[in-house]
This record gives sequence, structure tokens and C-alpha cells, in this order.
Amino acid sequence: MSDTLIEIKDLKCRIDNQNILQGLNLKINKGEVHAIMGPNGSGKSTLSSVLAGNDNYEITKGSITFLGEDITEMSPEERSWKGMFLAFQYPVEIPGVSNINFLRTALNERNKYFGIDSIPAKDFLKMVAEKSMLVGLDNKLKNRSVNEGFSGGEKKRNEIFQMAMLNPKLAILDETDSGLDIDALKIVANGVNKLKSSENATVVITHYQRLLDYIVPDFVHVLHEGKIIKTGDKSLALELEKKGYDWLKTDTAI
Amino acid sequence: MSYTEKELKKELDNKSYEFGFVTDIESDKAPIGLNEDIVKLISSKKKEPQWLLNYRLKAFQIWKTMKEPDWAHVKYTKPDFQNISYYSAPKKKKELQSLDEVDPELLKTMEKLGISIEEQKKLSGVAVDFVMDSVSVATSFKDKLGELGIVFCSFSEAVQNHPELIKKYMGTVVPYTDNYYAALNSAVFSDGSFCYIPKGVRCPMELSTYFRINESGTGQFERTLLIADESSYVSYLEGCTAPSRDENQLHAAVVELIALDKAEIKYSTVQNWYPGDKNGKGGVYNFVTKRGICGYRSKISWTQVETGSAVTWKYPSCILKGDYSIGEFYSVAVTNNFQQADTGTKMIHIGKNTKSTIISKGISAGKSQNSYRGLVKIGKGAKNSRNFSQCDSLLMTDQCGAHTYPYIECENPTATVEHEATTSKIGEEQLFYCMQRGISEEKAISLIVNGYAKEVLNKLPMEFAVEAQKLLEISLEGSVG
Repeated sequence: MSDTLIEIKDLKCRIDNQNILQGLNLKINKGEVHAIMGPNGSGKSTLSSVLAGNDNYEITKGSITFLGEDITEMSPEERSWKGMFLAFQYPVEIPGVSNINFLRTALNERNKYFGIDSIPAKDFLKMVAEKSMLVGLDNKLKNRSVNEGFSGGEKKRNEIFQMAMLNPKLAILDETDSGLDIDALKIVANGVNKLKSSENATVVITHYQRLLDYIVPDFVHVLHEGKIIKTGDKSLALELEKKGYDWLKTDTAI
Repeated sequence: MSYTEKELKKELDNKSYEFGFVTDIESDKAPIGLNEDIVKLISSKKKEPQWLLNYRLKAFQIWKTMKEPDWAHVKYTKPDFQNISYYSAPKKKKELQSLDEVDPELLKTMEKLGISIEEQKKLSGVAVDFVMDSVSVATSFKDKLGELGIVFCSFSEAVQNHPELIKKYMGTVVPYTDNYYAALNSAVFSDGSFCYIPKGVRCPMELSTYFRINESGTGQFERTLLIADESSYVSYLEGCTAPSRDENQLHAAVVELIALDKAEIKYSTVQNWYPGDKNGKGGVYNFVTKRGICGYRSKISWTQVETGSAVTWKYPSCILKGDYSIGEFYSVAVTNNFQQADTGTKMIHIGKNTKSTIISKGISAGKSQNSYRGLVKIGKGAKNSRNFSQCDSLLMTDQCGAHTYPYIECENPTATVEHEATTSKIGEEQLFYCMQRGISEEKAISLIVNGYAKEVLNKLPMEFAVEAQKLLEISLEGSVG
């Protein structure tokens, strides 16, 4: 069995006739942490949306292979069932739907897909108690409506809580650090680290090297104009912090 | 009422109107058309006393001088009142002594509706009165309720057995002069439900009436009269279904609630009349007048889940006459395809320190039109009265409409009236978020809509909340665009 979790080949996509990803290649193996950095408008959030299956984007070329299966045309829910998770940059509020009910529905839908019985209430609640400890999610938030009236930090923490509940193979964190103070950042990073294993992988999309102090990447990729223009290790992030992106942009021009 | 996901899936697979069956029962139907003779015929069929016939005839005279209202935000071909049969009863061979004598076809119908009376009897908890076409055919739990002095029977029975109550209260909340459809109903009503809760009695079970239109070419004109005597409590639920037919059927009901001093009435409706097909053909015209009057420190609470009917015109209202009385209105109205709903409430504050709450949740899908129309009136003497209204609209497509017409008339400076309104479209982002977590689109819609309507659904009696959720789901099947 190969160690490749996901392989993106020459991926091009557009939205409203505007080309965003323009031939992106990326391969991620089990057990790895990849950071994707890049200036505003380089296509970072688009990449996360496209990987999750958002059909607002039209894929014009290339393919995405997840666990050996071509998922380029697969629905978002099926990708989710197979182990893809996206922690949203802007988590959505769903009034009147409790966090718990939301997650229970999600888990049961997945079980149904795999022909497994619904999770018994007792086991589910035990799991909720365990996983919420992991990210220090306030008890009362679990019964509140999904993200409704949550602070920025609570929303992000809730994303990681959901991730812990769904236990994905590939977790994509889309600017999970934005809007977090340093204490919240540590808690969130700590949660992510605890969920890491040799069987799963994490993609961290961020603007700042700060988060990478806590979630240490094996690879750092720089995205520019819909392509990965440079790949390095953790030290690349430090270099970017000092020098910005301009030196790389000129690099490619040469 | 257990309900599994498997059942839900089965229903979603079979997404057409599930109550669209026709029961083949011999019926006793009046000739088509409307005139004084028909009114007299109905009255004599029911063996009514002279005063009731006179009441009908006066109503008929007034009706002839009235015009069909056209202020509602609905468009439809006006019913041809001369082309309707005003009386249709499942034919009785003799007086029914017990359930065993009920026509087996009829029992089957009830079973299809999920209200097998036999079962209900065993399970206990809910007493059911079943009105088919125009006539009440069976009431369960009569004996048990009787021990407490509670009267729960068909309107016709009440006319025979409790004429003093009918005479005293009928038409006191909705007089026959009230409006066009109330006048029509007062002239030709054929049956309905009657309920009386004696002083100080807390009705130990939900009382429930199921209405069904079965015959083609008929209208249904039932009356409900519910009297809660001093310091009593009752929770009452009505459910409605009709077969799928190409023609438009007319349903013009009158419901009167009387809550005497310190009494409380909770009245819930799950309305699922046939809404017409995808192209807007057929469906029930639901023109209903519902109103309650509150005495000193009494409370009336209306909860409605409206998913059916081609055209709905309905404003369950409260007259807060007694000091410290409370009126509540909780509504979820769903319209899909070509359905039109103009619904809301009137809260008339007359007494001092009266309080009313209005929570209305409209959900529009397809090419439907959904309007909230409400009046909050604070009379001169209604010192320190308060009202809070919240009207939310949720749009599922870009071809449907949501409209809000709140009227506020305040004649007392010490009153507080609050109105909040929101309109939102079901978000692509919300859907994508759910789908990313592994919740399919259909399931996500139902989750989001039920969440949106939760405040109102929570007000329904437990047994019916599940049914209502299921109805929302089925009504909105495949409706996002």
C-alpha cells in the first residue's frame, strides 16, 4: 500500500471566467504536515475549497487523487465520508441547529454510507466529552446552535472540535490562525498536534509563520498566481517572514 | 410515534403528496348549488332546533350581500359557489354505537393517515375526533373524558346534547357578519368539533381532530367551538389532509375559542391540505377564520405549521379582553411550487396589562408567494400592554416571494410594541459547510430549515413535533435553486 494520501496533478480551475489555480502540483504522504503560504489572492483559499469539492469552481484541467481514487468530480459529502476535512476560514452559523445534533447527523450520515449502524447516544456523548477536552471547548458551546454568537476564537476552536469528532485522514486548516490571540492559537495548535498520527496528514494554510512555531511543518510551499513556485522546509517560512514574497516573485520571472 | 431514517428515506423516494388517496365510501351528498333550500336541507339533516336554522338563514342573507375579500396577497380563480355541494357525509346506515360499527373503509382511511383509533386507544394520551368531508365520524376516549366532565364531541352532537352551551357561545367570537367566508360557513357548516372543559379541570390528554376532505366537488365547512371554563386548561390539535384532485376544493372553517377567567387554551394546527401539483393545478383553498377571546388572566396560544393548500388565507387571532390576559401566535408557513399563503394574526389588546407574542417563520420555495399579515391593536384602555413580534422569512430560490405586512395601531401611550423582521436566503455557504461535514444536500436543507423553525416547532405537543418536522422535509424536497 502506497503512502500517498493525496496527489494533485496540473490542477487548473476558474470562477466567473477568472482563472485561479493555474497548473498546481502537490503530493502529500501519510504522516506529513504541509504548510501553504503565499500573498493575498494567490489562490490559497481556492485550493482548500476545490479540494473539499465546492462546485462554484470549475475545474478545467488536471486531477485530484485521494487514497488512490480520482475524486475530481466527487461530491463534497462523499469526499468527507472518505476522510477529507476542511476547517473553514469563516465558519458558517446555522441558527437553531445545536452543535451536537449537527455532529451526530454528520457521523450518522457517514456511518450510513459505510453501512454501519448509527452511533448509540451514550457512545456519542462519551466521544463528545473526550474530544471537547482536547480543544478545551466550553461545555455550553456544545449545546448552542452551530457557531451562532460564537466569538472568533470559539468558532475556530469549534472547527478543531469537529475535526476531532470526524477524525479525518486529510485535514485542511484554512487560515485557522486568523483572528486568534496567542493563547487561543496555542490551544488550537495543541489540539491539531494531538490529532496527528502516522496515518493522517495536515495541510496548514496561513499567512504567518507564527502558527508554524506550534504546528511544525515538514514542507512549506509558496503559492503564487495559482502555482506552487517554491517548496522548502520550515526554514523557508522564517525566510518569508523576514523578506516577504517579492524576492520569490522576481525569482520566477527570471 | 417512532420514526426512523429508513422511513424517511422511503418517503423522500416517494416524494409526491402522500395523503393523496381517495377513500371509496358511499356518501350522502347534497345537490350542487347554494340557496335557502340547501341551508334548510343541511339543518334538517342535522335535526337542528329552529334557532340554529334561523341563525343559518340570517348568515346566508348577510353572505349574499357581501363581497369576497381581495386585499390578500394571493391570486386565484374565485370559487364558483353554485358549483359546490355543501353537504357530504359518509353514508350512515344507523347510529354508530361503537367503533366496531364504523365503516371499515373509513377505518382504513384513518390508518393511512396514521391515526388508527384502535391504536390510539391503546397507546392513550391523545383523544381523536375525526371529521371526514363534513361530518364527524368517530370520537375516541369519550368515556374517560366524561368522567372529568369534559365534553369532546362533534359539533352536531353538541347541538343535540348541549344546546345551551352552543346557543350561549356560538358566534360570540366570530359573528356571522365578520367576513365573507365566516358568513358562508355560518350558513352551511355541516359539522366540526366541540369541546368544553369544566371549571378548574386540567384536561389530562391532548385533544385532537383530524379533518379530511374526501368527496370531489364538495367544500368543507366545519366549525370548532372550544370553551375552557374558569381556571381550566386544554391542549388541542387539529390536522388536515385531502386527496390529490385536479380541481380546487374549498375549505372555509370557523374556529372559536373562549378562555374564561384564568383558563388556558393551547391550540395547534398541522395543516397539510393538498397543495396542488408542481404546475399549480388543483389544491385546496383554505379560507379560515380563527379567533379566541381571553378573560381575566387567561391565555390563548396558537401554534400552526402550514405546509399544504394552494391558497391560504388565515389569521388566528386573540381578543385580549380580560386584564392580564396573554395571547401568543407561533407560525411556520411553508410554500413551494405555486402555493400562496397570506397568513398571520391579530392581537387585539383591550384589557390592562395584556401581553402578546408573535413569532412567524415563513419559508418560500419554488415560485410560491408567502406573506405575513398581522395586526397589533392596543385599545385606549389597554394600559401597560406589551407586544413583541418577530417575523422572519427564508427564501429557498430566487423566484419565490416573501412579504411582510405588519399593522400596528396603538391608542394607549403606556403600551410597548416591538417588531423585528428579517429576510434571508438559504445560504450556499451553509449548505457547503454541512456537505463538507458529510451531510448530504437534502439532509442539510432539512437541518437548516428545521433549525430555522425550531422556536415554533418547540411549541407543538411532542407527539406532533416529529410529524411536523417530517412534513417540512417532504414539503421542501428538492427545492433549493
